Amino acid sequence: MINIDTDILEQINKLAQQAYAEECCGVLLGKDDGSAKHVLEIIVLPNSKEDERERRYLISPEQYKAAESVANKKKLEIIGLYHSHPDHAARPSGFDLEHALPYWSYLIVAVEGGKPKAVTSWVLKDDRSRFDEEKLVVIKQKVEYHRAE
Amino acid sequence: MAVKVLIPTPLRSYTGKNDIVVLEGTTVGEVMNHLTTTHSGLRKHLYSDDGKLRNFVNVYVNDEDIRYLQKENTPVTEKDVISIIPSIAGGKGEKT
Repeated sequence: MINIDTDILEQINKLAQQAYAEECCGVLLGKDDGSAKHVLEIIVLPNSKEDERERRYLISPEQYKAAESVANKKKLEIIGLYHSHPDHAARPSGFDLEHALPYWSYLIVAVEGGKPKAVTSWVLKDDRSRFDEEKLVVIKQKVEYHRAE
Repeated sequence: MAVKVLIPTPLRSYTGKNDIVVLEGTTVGEVMNHLTTTHSGLRKHLYSDDGKLRNFVNVYVNDEDIRYLQKENTPVTEKDVISIIPSIAGGKGEKT
């Protein structure tokens, strides 16, 4: 299960809308208490893919290292990632599966005609065979917002 | 020779939640081999079925990507730190 603040979710929806018809991406920072992950902040990252950004996103190793450094300073963990699917369902693709890592929550926003619609969250199965959808709980809590370079 | 390996968050469940593990080896390949035999659950996430590092898995020695060094033959000493750094890719896949 993953808990996300309504303000953070709204922010992700806005970013997905602004990036349309390209995909947006970023990092979910927070804590894992063993029973649920809690998103406390996001790091907004530019989509580093040089082409086909309407159907692909890329977070480079340098962006990842910088995000991990931010997480360490804030004593938070990278608990997952978000990205958008312009004019496509909020379900992970085969490409998402091929490139996924375990444990992380992969939050996907479907954007239809420029408007954010369904939001879902997924976790890779340990045998890499598929994603399982996880329960996404929208709550109200104190939030901070961080924008990376 | 004992070399430090930094483990990224999503793979720490395979290393007893440790972010750093110390393993023997004189090359990156030897250390990585010890890593995936000691923590066997890691192998499928780091390597594809043909035994090659997955294309989204980047291995650095200190601040250098081993692709620009001697790849898995890159020598390491106790002073070096090996980092496993994911590049994260995805997307809806099909052209629309």
